Amino acid sequence: MCLAIPGKIVEVVPGNERLAMVDVSGVRRKVDLGLLEEMPACGDWVLIHVGFALNKISEQDALGQIRILKMLGEDTAAMEEVRGYGLGEEGSKTEP
Amino acid sequence: MKFVDEFRDPAAITRAAEEIRRLAHPQRHYRIMEVCGGHTHAIYRFGLKDLFPSNLELVHGPGCPVCVLPMGRIDDGLSMAGRPDVIFTAFGDMMRVPGVRGTPLEYKARGMDVRVVYSPSDALKLAERNPEKHVMFFAIGFETTAPSTALTLIRAKARGIRNFSVFCNHVTIIPAIRAILDSPDMRIDAFIGPGHVSTVIGCRPYEWIARNEGKPIVVSGFEPLDLLQAIVMLLGQLKQDTAKVENQYRRVVPWEGNRAALRAIAEVFELRPYFEWRGLGFISQSALRIRNTYAEWDAEQRFNVPGVRVTDPKAAQCGEVLKGVLKPAQCKLFGKECNPEHPVGALMVSAEGSCAAYYNYEHRRKALV
Repeated sequence: MCLAIPGKIVEVVPGNERLAMVDVSGVRRKVDLGLLEEMPACGDWVLIHVGFALNKISEQDALGQIRILKMLGEDTAAMEEVRGYGLGEEGSKTEP
Repeated sequence: MKFVDEFRDPAAITRAAEEIRRLAHPQRHYRIMEVCGGHTHAIYRFGLKDLFPSNLELVHGPGCPVCVLPMGRIDDGLSMAGRPDVIFTAFGDMMRVPGVRGTPLEYKARGMDVRVVYSPSDALKLAERNPEKHVMFFAIGFETTAPSTALTLIRAKARGIRNFSVFCNHVTIIPAIRAILDSPDMRIDAFIGPGHVSTVIGCRPYEWIARNEGKPIVVSGFEPLDLLQAIVMLLGQLKQDTAKVENQYRRVVPWEGNRAALRAIAEVFELRPYFEWRGLGFISQSALRIRNTYAEWDAEQRFNVPGVRVTDPKAAQCGEVLKGVLKPAQCKLFGKECNPEHPVGALMVSAEGSCAAYYNYEHRRKALV
């Protein structure tokens, strides 16, 4: 449960609470950016844990982390977690 | 080497393994503890032990939050699930962890409102949608997860959502390492520091391990090559007879950690004077509780928590395994009464628990031979 999931920011949601829509392997969900010291921009990669972005990472490291989740056999659980964010509703229209 | 084909750079893996064999003095026995459950999982999954010389032993540490939670806390949390107005929420990892009167899933089967959430913020959202109910979130985790719970409580207060509370079981990694180092039956030469916990706390909190205890510690990533490089760095330090904190996972872990996350923790939580850890007993200042300024959202202050204490089944040797004194297969119940389908101890429940990892990879592999 301490393995973080990489996602790409596709839209920063305006408002007081710093939220963003992220894309994780084609699934889009809102995550909370409130734990980041610096606000990321669209196209940036973040490491997500239980619905919150923990830090900004490079694209190369994001792809590395995706690979490690696959290698650990944790990719299905990670996607299940991401799909469950927002009680499984938000962003579902954009899913392929 | 079943998984070696999947390695990104097999040549680099081979080189790192050769370096480990070169650095390990044949006359010396090395005990290196990987603190984090994610590392334990990775080490078994990738069969890394096959690459090590026989005098290098990896000892699995306490870094699985589900595993170190005493059974009584599960019963305490579930005691609130019995109230008709309460929705009990927890991460999926918790759902199969047994309390005395069953797992959260079994409580659900008995008709109680028990729900899986993937984020504490979704538990808060559930409270907003169900104003006539009280939503309780059973929070567990080390410093990786604590900031998310903290920010959720900050959001709850800011939005004025009062039908929400957190049953806090957050623990901190440093006192657990201290307890292991203080334990008379433990002899650890060096530590592999946790990866994602360190993105939050940084590397400074480990400095006393090197400075006061003289033990090297290297914060490591989760790829096979990360872990092998971390071990090369540790053996290098041991060979030179030095002890320092090194960061192998620099691409993700900043030395100072994540200040915004640490601020959220400090705003909402304070240290408990002591907390019980499964297998390690009571450890002082090893867990977080909710500050009085957030008392309204603290399930322990809002509800009458019974404070259940349960001794683990005598035959199960979770404590010894958790401290690394015994290997999983040396426990009397391992693979017999206790298996992933019917876990007796918590180390068998979570994929990050060393017993489940050992069962899923080593035990099954041996059974196939």
